[in-house]
Amino acid sequence: MAAATPGPRRAAVIGGNRIPFARQNGAYAAASNQDMLTAALEGLVARHGLAGERLGEVVAGAVLKHSRDFNLTREAVLGSSLSAHTPAYDVQQACATGLEATILVANKIALGQVDCGAAGGVDSASDAPIAVSEGLRRTLLRLNAAKTPAQRLRALAGLRPGHVVPQAPRNVEPRTGLSMGEHMAQTALRWGVTRQSQDELAAASHRNLAAAYDRGFFDDLLTPYLGLARDENLRPDSTVENLATLRTVFGAGEGATMTAGNSTPLTDGASVVLLGSDEWAQEHGLPVLAHLVDAETAAVDYVTGDEGLLMAPAHAVPRLLARTGMTLQDFDLVEIHEAFAATVLATLAAWEDPEFCRDRLGLDAPLGALDRSRLNVNGSSLAAGHPFAATGGRIVASLAKALSEKGPGARGLISVCAAGGQGVVAILEAK
Amino acid sequence: MSGYASLVNTPVGKRVATRLGLPRPARLRRYAVGEPLVDGPVLVGGHGAAPLLGEVRRVLTAAGSGVLDTLPAGEGLGAVVADLGAVEDPADLDSLRGLVGPALRSLRPSGRVVVLGRLPEAARAPAQAAARRALEGVTRSLGKELRQGATANLLLVADGAEDAIASPLRFLLSGRSAYVDGQVVTVTAAPGGPPPEPADWSLPLDGKVAVVTGAARGIGSAVARTLARDGATVVGVDIPASGDALARVANDVGGTALQLDVTAADAGKRIVAHAVSRHGGVDVVVHNAGITRDRLLANTDEERWRSVLDVNLMSILRMNEALLAEDGVRDGGHLVLLSSMAGIAGNRGQTSYAASKAGVIGLVRSLAADEDLRRRRVTTNAVAPGFIETEMTARMPFATREVGRLLNSLSQGGLPVDVAETIAWLAHDASAGVNGNVVRVCGQSLLGA
Ligand SMILES: NC(=O)c1ccc[n+]([C@@H]2O[C@H](COP(=O)([O-])OP(=O)(O)OC[C@H]3O[C@@H](n4cnc5c(N)ncnc54)[C@H](O)[C@@H]3O)[C@@H](O)[C@H]2O)c1
Repeated sequence: MAAATPGPRRAAVIGGNRIPFARQNGAYAAASNQDMLTAALEGLVARHGLAGERLGEVVAGAVLKHSRDFNLTREAVLGSSLSAHTPAYDVQQACATGLEATILVANKIALGQVDCGAAGGVDSASDAPIAVSEGLRRTLLRLNAAKTPAQRLRALAGLRPGHVVPQAPRNVEPRTGLSMGEHMAQTALRWGVTRQSQDELAAASHRNLAAAYDRGFFDDLLTPYLGLARDENLRPDSTVENLATLRTVFGAGEGATMTAGNSTPLTDGASVVLLGSDEWAQEHGLPVLAHLVDAETAAVDYVTGDEGLLMAPAHAVPRLLARTGMTLQDFDLVEIHEAFAATVLATLAAWEDPEFCRDRLGLDAPLGALDRSRLNVNGSSLAAGHPFAATGGRIVASLAKALSEKGPGARGLISVCAAGGQGVVAILEAK
Repeated sequence: MSGYASLVNTPVGKRVATRLGLPRPARLRRYAVGEPLVDGPVLVGGHGAAPLLGEVRRVLTAAGSGVLDTLPAGEGLGAVVADLGAVEDPADLDSLRGLVGPALRSLRPSGRVVVLGRLPEAARAPAQAAARRALEGVTRSLGKELRQGATANLLLVADGAEDAIASPLRFLLSGRSAYVDGQVVTVTAAPGGPPPEPADWSLPLDGKVAVVTGAARGIGSAVARTLARDGATVVGVDIPASGDALARVANDVGGTALQLDVTAADAGKRIVAHAVSRHGGVDVVVHNAGITRDRLLANTDEERWRSVLDVNLMSILRMNEALLAEDGVRDGGHLVLLSSMAGIAGNRGQTSYAASKAGVIGLVRSLAADEDLRRRRVTTNAVAPGFIETEMTARMPFATREVGRLLNSLSQGGLPVDVAETIAWLAHDASAGVNGNVVRVCGQSLLGA
């Protein structure tokens, strides 16, 4: 007789927790990834009464990661109040790490392999790993392998002055040598995204995030950390007018539109989401905010210049819509990660463009316009900041809560772009 | 032990303190699970028929304490329990002197004197009322006479409440009442019949769900830990900005954290919804969240005045609407509110705070008398802490703080756990005969005595 395996079921988003995001070298300058991820987990455990509980698994990751943190998530679990019998592993998919981790846990829940789990991510731009130069690294390896004093001397003799300059991590695509901002500037130009529209989006992000804080929306989504109770980057009084005064930092000459105000700053922070089956949630007296309906990942060829580096979600969403039989207009709320204001605007422009939708996406008709009042209604990365791997968890938890406030059946779309020309998108539906 | 206390307990400090006649605070006996109720045998006696002594003996025996009817030679006493329930006339008080006076020399450190009496207001004759009320004078003076952490308290037992004294008696004898001294606790017939005794006196809150506001630190965090130790599942509530400290407390006690400002219009509803969905209901609510905005009344603006009254008193009234609704606190539940010594005695610069804390007393009295709550066997009591070592008191100027620490019969500040133990006791089902009391945890402070 074949062993009984449970059929697929929808994984529930039960709740979430994040620490406020801090600007690089700000409030969390001395905190490590492990510290922050542990803090985010502890808040999740406290909110949901999980002390001593064995979760099916915890999955998280960091983009900027020290080699000593090879078991980052498991170490964070061991430092938390969760049962030490909770397994954990690390994943990394650049800025989509948190969302991908969520999908991984949700899939195991859907398959019945686990009943519950936590997913998330953390990043510190302040406590970033610094690598030694390739020359110094080889010298040190040779020194380590040397057996005799003579061999040791010979190894050291290979050292050159230039070798000792450390290499801080750079936000650069290895295959193009261009920073993410430079890539985005090219795409912005291609789609004719104006400075004015970017500044408007940035101002809306700050306004929406501030309003969400003021009405207590984050009271059960966030736990203060190291004296910070709100995102350090948030400027509630940000306006299009004062954003217009900033100088451009990416692109060149006339066509440059991107500033520090409409691009996300380097940030430190962590977030986690609690997922489970409906039954597990019910047994634990926990709410089901939403279900994860489906998810899709796309990758584009940005290396040859065929497509913009951050345009993969523009390809992933129509595939997901086709599979689920939905349209862009079916969503009550849409979360498009604001890597840059221009990312969001170029993506929306692409979906409205008949040629792009026909030639690139193979669609008969464009996806059409998105009702902007449904977009990033509680603020997004421009205001909150973007600790790379932590953004997915931030979005999943706050969207799930916002959908559950809207009522049963409310649907939400998540779109997160990532380095390497990748994009991860997902659909949530309120229970 | 804090600054002064640890100094005067060094050999040199001791000598200096003795020479100057300064008080030398004793290390108080505090409750720990599994320890005996009292440190030594208990001498019992009383006047006349001593109507409560039978129950006293039963309680002591059940607790495993040795019971003595005569003062033993050369043996230390853990406590003296005197039943003056039968006094008719002030002349009868000599029985109290004759029993307790000679025993005091044998009383061990952190020993206990518990005097039992009847309610003066229920007396049948003026002489009886006088004699009954006299017990309070004796007990309060005795509290001041006792040394080395010993305390004296009076338990007034209403007619018909004889079967409700086990829990209060145990409390006053045990280390749970370490910082309760010179107080009068009144036991009345518990609403709905004799209070149930717990299956296990070390887990009196087994299976109960308790909500504690202001649980992130200070007294509230001690309350959360103490209620959890006694078996309760704890929901800790505190403002979102204190969420990290609150999370630590919640995780330490295996409870849940609810980040919530108690002044929010829907705070009560959200607490009930959380407790019901997560834990199936609420049995105990401890209204502990509180703030001070001290200023002389002449310098108190509207905002300071309003915020203190709002957090300390008005939020409780608002939350109680949901907490005491039919789907709120379960039948047989318990409310404990935080008053303060300042609410009894007043304090210069604390008009707003004292208003709120005196208001709490009024509220407690009214709720305890409420017919509907009595029908549902819900009790309401207040605890009025004196000087307790927390961040609130750490902010006081040095001199005021040292005076606060010393101006009481135990010559030291209390610890948050002392307040927490008293609150936990009032939250036990076995304490249901204690309703509408304001129990001071002040080491018998000289203020507002
Ligand atoms: N410490 C003393 O000596 C003393 C004496 C008498 C009475 N009290 C009373 O005991 C209670 C606790 O005092 P403490 O010394 O532990 O104070 P504390 O200041 O150390 O702690 C009070 C807690 O209440 C929380 N709180 C304040 N406003 C809140 C709000 N609006 N919503 C939710 N939580 C809120 C705070 O964040 C804090 O965690 C208070 O009611 C106080 O008035 C204390």
